[in-house]
This record gives sequence, structure tokens and C-alpha cells, in this order.
Amino acid sequence: MDSVIFLFLVQDGLVNGAIYALLGIALVLVFAVTRIIFIPQGEFVAYGGLTFALLSTGTIPGTAWLLAVFGAAAFVVELWRSRHVTTARKVLRQFAGAIVLPAAVLALTWLLARPDQSVWVNLALTLAIVAPMGPYVYRIAFQPLADASVLTLFIAAIGVHLSMVGLGLVFFGAEGLRAPALTSVSFDLGPLPVSGQNIAVFAVTLIMIAALYLFFDRVLYGKALRATAINRLGARLVGIPTAAAGQIAFALASALGAVSGILIVPVTTVYYDTGFLIGLKGFVAAIVGALASYPVTAVAALGVGLVEAFASFYASNFKEVIVFLLIVPVLLWRSLQTIHIEEDE
Amino acid sequence: MRPRLILALFAVGLALLAIIPGVPPFWITLLNNIGLAALVAIGLVVLTGVGGMTSFGQAAFCGFGAYTTAILTTTYGLSPWLSLPVALAVTGVAAVLLGLITVRLSGHYLPLGTLAWGISLYFLFGKIDLLGRNDGISGIPPLSIGPWSLIDPKATYWVIWIFVLLAGIGTSNLLSSRIGRAIRALRRGGVAAESFGVERMRVKLVVFVYAALLAGLSGWLYAHLQRSVNPTPFGLGAGIEYLLMATFGGAGHVWGGLLGAGVVVILKDALQRILPAALGSDVQAETIVFGIVLVATLQIAREGLWPYLAALFPAPSPIAAPVDAKPLVRRAAAADVSPLLESEGLSKRFGGIIAVNDVSVAIAPRAIVGLIGPNGAGKSTIFNLITGILTPTSGNVRFAGEPIAGRRPGDIARRGIARTFQHVKLMPEMSVLENVALGAHLRGRSGVLASVLHLERAEEGRLLAEAARQIARVGLADQVDRPAGSLPLGQQRIVEIARALCLDPRLLLLDEPAAGLREFEKRMLVDLLNHLRAEGMTMLLVEHDMSFVMGLVDRIVVLDFGNKIAEGAPAAIKADPAVLAAYLGAEP
Repeated sequence: MDSVIFLFLVQDGLVNGAIYALLGIALVLVFAVTRIIFIPQGEFVAYGGLTFALLSTGTIPGTAWLLAVFGAAAFVVELWRSRHVTTARKVLRQFAGAIVLPAAVLALTWLLARPDQSVWVNLALTLAIVAPMGPYVYRIAFQPLADASVLTLFIAAIGVHLSMVGLGLVFFGAEGLRAPALTSVSFDLGPLPVSGQNIAVFAVTLIMIAALYLFFDRVLYGKALRATAINRLGARLVGIPTAAAGQIAFALASALGAVSGILIVPVTTVYYDTGFLIGLKGFVAAIVGALASYPVTAVAALGVGLVEAFASFYASNFKEVIVFLLIVPVLLWRSLQTIHIEEDE
Repeated sequence: MRPRLILALFAVGLALLAIIPGVPPFWITLLNNIGLAALVAIGLVVLTGVGGMTSFGQAAFCGFGAYTTAILTTTYGLSPWLSLPVALAVTGVAAVLLGLITVRLSGHYLPLGTLAWGISLYFLFGKIDLLGRNDGISGIPPLSIGPWSLIDPKATYWVIWIFVLLAGIGTSNLLSSRIGRAIRALRRGGVAAESFGVERMRVKLVVFVYAALLAGLSGWLYAHLQRSVNPTPFGLGAGIEYLLMATFGGAGHVWGGLLGAGVVVILKDALQRILPAALGSDVQAETIVFGIVLVATLQIAREGLWPYLAALFPAPSPIAAPVDAKPLVRRAAAADVSPLLESEGLSKRFGGIIAVNDVSVAIAPRAIVGLIGPNGAGKSTIFNLITGILTPTSGNVRFAGEPIAGRRPGDIARRGIARTFQHVKLMPEMSVLENVALGAHLRGRSGVLASVLHLERAEEGRLLAEAARQIARVGLADQVDRPAGSLPLGQQRIVEIARALCLDPRLLLLDEPAAGLREFEKRMLVDLLNHLRAEGMTMLLVEHDMSFVMGLVDRIVVLDFGNKIAEGAPAAIKADPAVLAAYLGAEP
């Protein structure tokens, strides 16, 4: 292997790793606030990427309709669950949040979807379409299970994953899509060509990590979210609305997923089920971070990207096998670290 | 007898379906698929619902069974029946290797681990030349019996369903045995089970391999029914589907696995026919419904469908102890070693906290010693050190002259130390009888195979009879069939004492036995403990009720912040200034 190939693999690995870092951080975030091992995170990547790609061609993406479906489902499900205790005011608020909002997004998409639309408008539209899905998913699937065990939540997450992949197939079809690059800038770093797209990936990842860090460490609201994760009942007793905390975590997660999708769809073809494997690689990193540490997760994600890049060079057939088997020793290591007796649980 | 009657009727119904002319072949195909899935789901019930290990990787074990027979019967021309043991052996070896790692994963890391190797194996199946890569292997011969080749799905139907019914019966047998009790005890963390000699990791591995073998069997059948194999049915999607079956049917019930398989296979088939038309496309979107069904099951009926179905039938009679069982062999009487239990400089640190500091205690045979001290003094930690739940940081524990510190809990239990727990550790949904029988775990020796075939009925009867005897001894004979969790907390502590007595111990460690007891119950407990002492039992007990302790024990050891601050006869302890200071905070 010469140094150019080496550098190329490193660049490739780091760019992919940055995406995995974004997803890994979203997974840590969701777990920290809700204790949900959020397998469907990858679906937001696929939804985000495909939505952006379709908007770039001036098409109204199926996700705009899907958002309306999610909103309506959340509205109906919540209305049913609170049928004995609800008030007209509450119903009105839920109607605004779950019916009016998606309708507004759909109308906006219809107005703005044009082949020559600017990248920034498309970007904003994609976020407006995909980000609200997270809270709806939380309200439909997870809110009634908020007090269930991690394991039950995990199995529920698998169920949500199944449904979201199936919906992806219905709304996007089996064809993969690509979008034009966010920027056509590129320059040479020594012997290595570096594209503006790659720089954008890094920049966005760094900004997101910094923003999340500030949010959770410096802002009272972020601290309240963390408190919810550590002790739900205790948080509720001191006046933190725990259900809202879950929704906010999911909104951040779906937004991070959508951003990841927007970042990758110019460089790889995204299919309706692409997100799952990408999300799982973010998972490998999140597990290394014990589903708790943002910096460890971010560094581990870069490691996953590098391993994958070199594995695809040396043993391309076994790339996925290598990446996923890597997680097993990490899990074992984490398990052995958490040995405790159950005496006073 | 009722459940057996229902099972027999079910079997006759299945047989009639294959015999009656005019049954659509499509039904038989569907039932074949249900049978194949049920084998995997029944294994998953034991693994997940009973053993508490959620696996997404079962489909991969089907793959081991299917690919093994595919290669042996195509490349090497082996008869399918001869390849069956090889297929099971290959699956078993793979399961042992994966299981050795998987069972050591804790909490939610375990299902994540199965997800990881499940995906990896799927990719591996598709990349290996020997396995035909993504195209797989075709031209697999059908099963044959003598000159008859079972090409017709209707013929294979018999084979599949005989295996399914045998698997269901064998699994039910397994769960209603001594080993099954140990498996059921795993779910509540297993410290109690471990303290009575259940080797937790070993039992977990046994369950893991058992479930894998059923999946391997299903894979073997699949290969000869389908006549070709490729990686798709052994991927993560299938693994999730199997888990859906177990969850939906009722993960805690063997026949719930069959029910779940039936419902999911039929639902899948119906959706695959209805949805494409409804959605106006040719996409197979049944996964949307599956996901919703899975989440809804968790939200609405976490126990699955089986309890609803079972409620339609009369409840099976609770497991009862046979009245004519021969008593178990008692521990050989050993010469008194004095002291029976001795700790020397025993210390335990948790990070910077010293829970137990340099404690030396000696307990003479047939003595009752009280261990008292304020909350957090280290009393329960000492129990955990003696019973091997914790390993001391330094110091020694000797029992009957032999060092036991750092040995495994089961090894220590085998030597004759039994305990109760400060926080009651019973299986709430299991009957008092079965909970207590767990204490006699080390007094039985039947293995998995004997349990599956129910060849251990005589031994099991003796274990249950012993449990019933100990329950009567502690005065709870009228509660024997009730679920342990339905008893008042005080009585649950007494159940724990009966369980400890089932070990036939030489030393009894009682952690707050009188807490939650009413006055007359306390007097009964004092009588019981005095009676045990008269029979030669040695006891160490932690207790906060001073009038209870003072009237019962020979000696008292007082702990404070991990240090022994006093030791002596009850009367002397009452007057000891250091003890008064520890309890009342007065200056010494």
C-alpha cells in the first residue's frame, strides 16, 4: 500500500467515522434521557437522505406525507389514552402539535419544492420534515412504556425499526437515490484531494458535538434532561416534565439522523434500508462509550470508520463481519466492568 | 391429566388435517412453516421468556443446521438422517463457542451481542465459497424413510410436527424439573440460586445451547423441505421475527411459542397477499404491521397471548409433592470441629469504602451467635463474604477447619452453609413448594437429558417431598401451593428459612429473620430455632429486634462501621459502653 492509498483510506475512514459519531452521539443522548436503545436511529438517516435527494429534484418527498401519518397516529393514540382525563384545551394543543404542524410542513414543501431550489432551503425543509418524526414516534411507541425495563424498551425499539423500514419501502420504493454535493469546492492536501463535502461533514459533526456539550453541561434544560435519565421519579418530583424530556431527546435524535442523511446522500447511494447498518455502526461506538460518554463515543466512532475503511481494503468481503464482531469483545469488556451484586437494588 | 388431554386432542387434530382428503395443500405448506418456526420459538421461550436472555440471533443457528446438512447431503452424498446428528453437533459447538461469551454479557449488552454476531454470521454465510456465497446450495435431497421419499410437503408434515410436539413436551418436562427450577430462578438475578449451588453461568450456557439445538433442528428440517438454502432466512430479519413470535405468543410459556409461531406465520402470509394490493405496489410491507404488533403487545399485553388462551381452560393443578417419596439422604454426620466457622482479619473494601475491617469471629458448633450493629455496619457484607457472593479483600474464612474464602457460592453451599437474605429473594410467581425445593438443588443430580425425558421423576419427587417436609416444619404447610409473592413479607422470610433447611446445612446464616413478623410468629420462630439447635444446627443471625436476639443467642458480636467493637454474652453486651455509644451516639 502506498502512502496515497493510505491517506485516502484514512480520509475515507474519518469521514465515515464522523457520520457514525453523529449517530453514536444521538444514541447516547436518547439512552441517557429515556433508557431506550434506539435501534431505529438509522431510519432517520435514510429518511433524511432520501428526503433531501428528492427535494433536490423538485419532488415532494413521501416523508412529507409520512410526517402527517405519524402526526395523525400520535394524535389518535394520545386522544384514546387520555380519553378519561383530557380537556378541550389539551386536545386543541395536541391538535396543533400533531395535525396542524405536519399540515403546515406539507404545505410549505408543496410551495417550495422546485428543481432549482437552493440547497439551504432544501436542507431546512428536510429538517422540518424529518425532525418532528422523532417526538411522534416517542409518543406513539415509547411513552406508554416509559417505566418499562431497558430490555422491554429495546424490543419495542426493534419493533419501531421494523415498521419504519417497512414504511420507508412504501414511501420511497426500493430504488436508491443520490443528491448533488452540498458544495463543489475541493482542494489538494499534499498528494490527497480533499472535497468540500468531506470538510462539511467534519465541520457539522464538530459543531453538533460542541452544541450538545454546551446544552447538557451548561444549560439548565439540558441538565434537567440528564436528571430525567438518572432518576425518572426524582426528576418528576422536582418538577421536570419527564414526558417532554423524552420528546426533546427524540427530536434531537431525529434531527441528528436527518443531518447525517443529508451529509451522506451526496457521496453514497441511500436506499430505504441503508440507515440500519449505518446506525448500527454508530452503535458500536456508543457501546464503547458505555452509552454514556459523548467524547469516548465520538473517538470510538472515528475508530470504527478507520477499521471499516482498512477492512474494506484488505478484506472487502468481510468488512461488515469484522466491524460487527468488533462489538462483541467491547460488550464483554463492558459487562465485566459492571459486575455488581444485586443485594440492595 | 387435563393439559395432556388437550395436547392429545391437538395432535389428533393435526393428524386428521393430513389424512382428510380435500384439505388444501396450501394449508399443509402453512402448517409446515408454522412447525419449523415453532421449533425455534419454543427454544426462544426457554432462552428469553424463562431464562431472561433475549436473543436476536436464533436464525443463525438455523443456518448452522441447514448448511451442515446441505453440504453433507449434496457434496458428500450422506443420508439426511445421518447428517442430523452432525448438523446438531455443528450447531451445538457453534452455540457453545458463542454462548461462552454471550452468557457473560450483562443486562442489555446481551441482546446487543446477539444482534452483533447474528448480523456477522448472516454476512459470513453469504461470503463463504463452501456455502455457495449468496446463491447458497441447491439440489438438497428430500428426507426419506426406507424406500419412501418424502418429496410431498404432506409427507414432511408428519416429520415436522412429530418433532414439534416432542420438542414441546420435552421442553415442558425440562422446565418442570430440578434443572428447570434453576433456569427459572435465573431471571431474578440468580444470587439466591447461586447460594444454593446453581452454577449460574453453566445453567445459562445449557439453556443457550438447548435453544440453539432446537433452532439447528429446525434448520435441518427446513433444508430438506425447501431442498435449497441461501443466507436470507438466517438473517437478522428472521431472528427478529422469531423473537416476535415468542413475545407475541407469550415468552414465559412453552406452548406460547407454538401459538406465537402460528399467529405470526399466518399473519405474515395474509399480509403478503393483502398489503401489496392495498398499497398498490408490489412491496412486501408486512414488516410495518409486525413492528406495530410487537410494540402494541409490549404496551397492552406484555405476557403475550398465551395467558388469555390458557384462561379459557381449567388451571392446571399446582405441582404437588408425592406423599410416598423416600426421604433424601442426609449429610453424613461429621465430628464436631471447633470452631465450626472462623474468620480471621476479614476485610472488604469497595473502592475507598471499607465495608468490613479486620473482623475476627469464631462460632462454636451448636451455638447461636447474633451479629448486630447499626445500619451500614457491614453485617450483610459479612454474610456475602462467608457465602462466596463476595471475595474478601484480605483475611480468611474457615469452615470446619477448611479455608472457604473466595470459593464459589455453590462450593460453599455444598459444604453445608445455607442462608437467607435481608431483601427476600424468592421467585414471586413460583409456588412456595417450588421455591423451597430450589434449596435442595445440590441434593439431586439428574441432568438435562434425564429431565427432558422425565426419567428423573423419582428423584424429583424426593426433592419435592423434602421441600414439603421443611415447609411443614416452619409452620407454613397450608401455604404450600400459593405463589411465594402473595405471602406477607414476614412469612416470605420464613419460606427462605425452609429453603435454607432444604440444603441440609450444618451452618445457617439468617439475615433479619424476625423482621416483619407478628409477636406470636416471632415466638414460633424462636421455638423453631431452638429446636434446630437441639438437633445440632449452628446459626449466625443478623437481627435488629433486641428482645428477640437477647432471648435466643449464646453470644453477640457487635459491628460498627465495619469494625468489631464488642463480643460477649447478651447480658454483657447490653451494658457495654462502646455498644451503647454506637447505637445511641453517646460519648463512651
